Amino acid sequence: MSKKPGSRLMFWVVLVVTVLSLALTVWALFAGSSNYAVLNPKGPIAEGQRDVIIISTILTAIVIVPTTILTFVIVWRYRDKPGRKAKYDPDFNHSNVLESIWWGIPIVVIAVLGIVTVRYTYALEPSVAIKSDKQPVVIQAVSMDWKWAFFYPEEGIAAVNTLTIPEDRPIRFELTSDAPMNSFWIPQLGGQIYTMSGMAMNLYLQADHTGKYYGSGANFSGEHFGAMNFDVNAVTESDYEAWVNKVKTESQPMTMDTYQSLAIPGTADKQYFSAFPENLFQQLVTQYLPGGLSESRQPVHTTPETQMDGK
Amino acid sequence: MLENLKQFASEFFVTGDPLIYGADVSIGLVTIAIVAGLTYFKKWKWLWRNWLTTVDHKKIGIMYILAAIIMMFRGGVDALMMRTQLAIPNFEFLHPEHYNQVFTTHGVVMILFMAMPFMFGLFNVVVPLQIGARDVAFPYLNSLSFWLFFLGAMLFNLSFVIGGSPDAGWLSYPPLSELQFNPGPGQNFYIWGIQISGIGSLATGINFLVTIIKMRAPGMTMMKMPMFTWSVFATCVIIIFAFPILTVTLALLFLDRFGGGHFFTLDGGGNPMMYINLIWMWGHPEVYIVILPAFGIFSEVVSVFSRKKLFGYTSMVFAMMIIAFVSFFTWAHHFFTMGSGADVNAFFALSTMLIAIPTGVKIFNWLFTMYRGRIRFDLPMLWTVAFIPAFIVGGMTGVLLAVAPADFQYHNSYFLIAHFHQVLIGGVVFGYFAGMYYWWPKMFGFKLNETLGRWSFWFWNIGFYVCFMPQYLLGLMGMTRRVSTFDWDTGWGPLNVVSTVGAYLMGIAFILQAVQIAYSFKYREKDTTGDMWDAHTLEWTIPSPAPEYNFAITPVVDSRDPLWVDKQRRAAGKLPQKDAKPKYEPIHMPSNSGIPIVFSTFFFIAGFGFTFHWVWMGVLGLAGVLACLAARSMNDDEGFYIPAEEVEKTEASLRGTL
Repeated sequence: MSKKPGSRLMFWVVLVVTVLSLALTVWALFAGSSNYAVLNPKGPIAEGQRDVIIISTILTAIVIVPTTILTFVIVWRYRDKPGRKAKYDPDFNHSNVLESIWWGIPIVVIAVLGIVTVRYTYALEPSVAIKSDKQPVVIQAVSMDWKWAFFYPEEGIAAVNTLTIPEDRPIRFELTSDAPMNSFWIPQLGGQIYTMSGMAMNLYLQADHTGKYYGSGANFSGEHFGAMNFDVNAVTESDYEAWVNKVKTESQPMTMDTYQSLAIPGTADKQYFSAFPENLFQQLVTQYLPGGLSESRQPVHTTPETQMDGK
Repeated sequence: MLENLKQFASEFFVTGDPLIYGADVSIGLVTIAIVAGLTYFKKWKWLWRNWLTTVDHKKIGIMYILAAIIMMFRGGVDALMMRTQLAIPNFEFLHPEHYNQVFTTHGVVMILFMAMPFMFGLFNVVVPLQIGARDVAFPYLNSLSFWLFFLGAMLFNLSFVIGGSPDAGWLSYPPLSELQFNPGPGQNFYIWGIQISGIGSLATGINFLVTIIKMRAPGMTMMKMPMFTWSVFATCVIIIFAFPILTVTLALLFLDRFGGGHFFTLDGGGNPMMYINLIWMWGHPEVYIVILPAFGIFSEVVSVFSRKKLFGYTSMVFAMMIIAFVSFFTWAHHFFTMGSGADVNAFFALSTMLIAIPTGVKIFNWLFTMYRGRIRFDLPMLWTVAFIPAFIVGGMTGVLLAVAPADFQYHNSYFLIAHFHQVLIGGVVFGYFAGMYYWWPKMFGFKLNETLGRWSFWFWNIGFYVCFMPQYLLGLMGMTRRVSTFDWDTGWGPLNVVSTVGAYLMGIAFILQAVQIAYSFKYREKDTTGDMWDAHTLEWTIPSPAPEYNFAITPVVDSRDPLWVDKQRRAAGKLPQKDAKPKYEPIHMPSNSGIPIVFSTFFFIAGFGFTFHWVWMGVLGLAGVLACLAARSMNDDEGFYIPAEEVEKTEASLRGTL
């Protein structure tokens, strides 16, 4: 730094602010969550994604780290000061060899990264079934304003804002929305897929370990979308059966009216239902086709303010 | 009657929030102060003649930059409000509804009403001077572009106190932005504010493309153009292809909301996906629109302050044009997670990564421009040097996001937020600051204070990393964007505190910059050389600030760095120390016009009317627009001539050579 008025004070202030910020960051790293969910996978899809994240980070770092170091070296070495020894050559402004090198390096790195990316893109395509000798569990997930409804068509039960799945068995999520689009994301099991009205998309996930995982509605869908997170309970096969039976015997069934009142904009607590209207998911997906469900439903959004704050 | 009025007022004006009332009062006070000040100092006529009706590209540029700085303040306050809300888990500073409005406004203001006008301001100030032209190709259109931008931006900002702000995100995906889920006027403000200023942007793109193609000084072939001019050229090409898409997309959304259309609705055969494709076909090129001029600025600054010619000029030009071209083939990487399938995702992943190649080449060329140079660390160069590591990291995370299978985990998370802020602040904002400091003497005839500038520089840079580095980690922890609060048990609290501290450090930096500008203005030392940085290009051959006609004698160019080469020739005795007294000729100038501001005001009125579904007002506004078009068409004003003697006198007094 050149000798300018105030430069000493500036040096100390900058140093102190930097050190304090670093100290605060170090504190935050220890005081906060140590669960870097994306890097701590609990299922095959998230594992594959973790791997591709690490591979791509290393590949790009091969270029990034030397370039950053080179930047600092050049800036330091060629700074203007009296008596400097480094060479000054104002007409050095073109070199076929050098320029070929730095067209070449990124081309090679991107080519390698491109091959890795394409292979993993096909390998981890979310709509392709996970290889397993067990039958997948089907769960239909519907994003609503502002809660999640989960239907288990084979078990005939439903849940709101909570998900229970058996471990070590592929889950086929069928996703749609009965509100503005959202996105279904359980970071420790795998990446997200959007839920969109008028269509159903498949997402295969699997939990290799029992545990409680964080799930969320990852895409902004209006006022209380931030309240759309849910627990994912991965349990053993036998616990899963016990849970299904418990829901079947101890909960109320969901009728069409129950569903309609659930569709009123607002937040919701965890709920379980022992049954739900037949083919409800299919009816929601096709509701905007001629003769579909939407024609007979009341539009629920005309008076959003009156239904607020259910929590 | 009174009850009706009360009812109307309570819906018309935004009520119920102390923050809004505070803003109302301060807006009112500032307006009164400005009006009173102008009246007291009898400056209305001055304002009208010298600024509001000007067609001088240099003044238009200054007005753009001033507006951009004000909008940066507004967008920055939004940012601090968000960071305050997120500093503590379960904090109740902003209600979710309010938070949604704040982040929507922050995004729109920063991209469309801060970055874009800042960029256009620099285009205006620099490009004609850099290519040796007397003005842009269409000076009247240039003024119209500015006023369309300005009144579009004002219409958008009005939603803060009247009717309510938009709250569907900066790109307003339907169906959330459709009438069914968003019945209020906020979304209409969004459509009309952007639509009106977007017309101005398109016109500027055309204007500068024509200027660069047709108005370069004799001898300046395309491959002798300064690199900033090249970057403007590339940007204008993108603008011309991208902005019509935005206009059409918003028009369709408006038809949905106003005319009962079904382009993007859920029912009636509409498809929201169509909007998402269209908006990103504009939206992705848009980010290259704002970054390419920053690349141009860095190229100018790095060569001047390393006292070298730019390394790899031809590579740089090709790299830039490749980026401009490929930018149109990457849009779907914004929604890998919407189920396009592996084929589509693989294609867009690869096309996105392709951009990294020319960008990498540019970084190396900048580095090797400094290599064997003599680097001076004046403010423009400081910002350029700070840009390189920031952009290397931001570019790297951009490539990581382009890896489609990994993006399923990054998408919508704070990892993404950290990435695009790192490239938009570290690239675009740092670049425009470098440009502002570099060309400030050309605009105003004095340098900005170096010491205060350094204070601000350090606060910006520390704040920048402290704010955004933790956000990468928060993204990996699963924190998603746009959540207004989170529970203690997520464990995201501490890193959010750090991020908020960083945001406030940047806030301090911005205040220091405002102080810097005020201080430098007060204690300015008039530049007498016209070439304060020992620079290379034509804009520095004329006095600072440039006279209204720019060049008394049209320069003739035979190299890429004409001033630099001339200075070398003079030093070697190949050119006389002082030019022979030139023979001045009368200079043709365009006349000022009040039509652009009136035209844009009518557009504002039309937009306001349609926002509230007051068709009479909308039609009235559009009729006014047509009347202005007619008035302009009937206008036979051919401009005027500055006599040769007056040019001679002006030159003599400006250059101190009588």
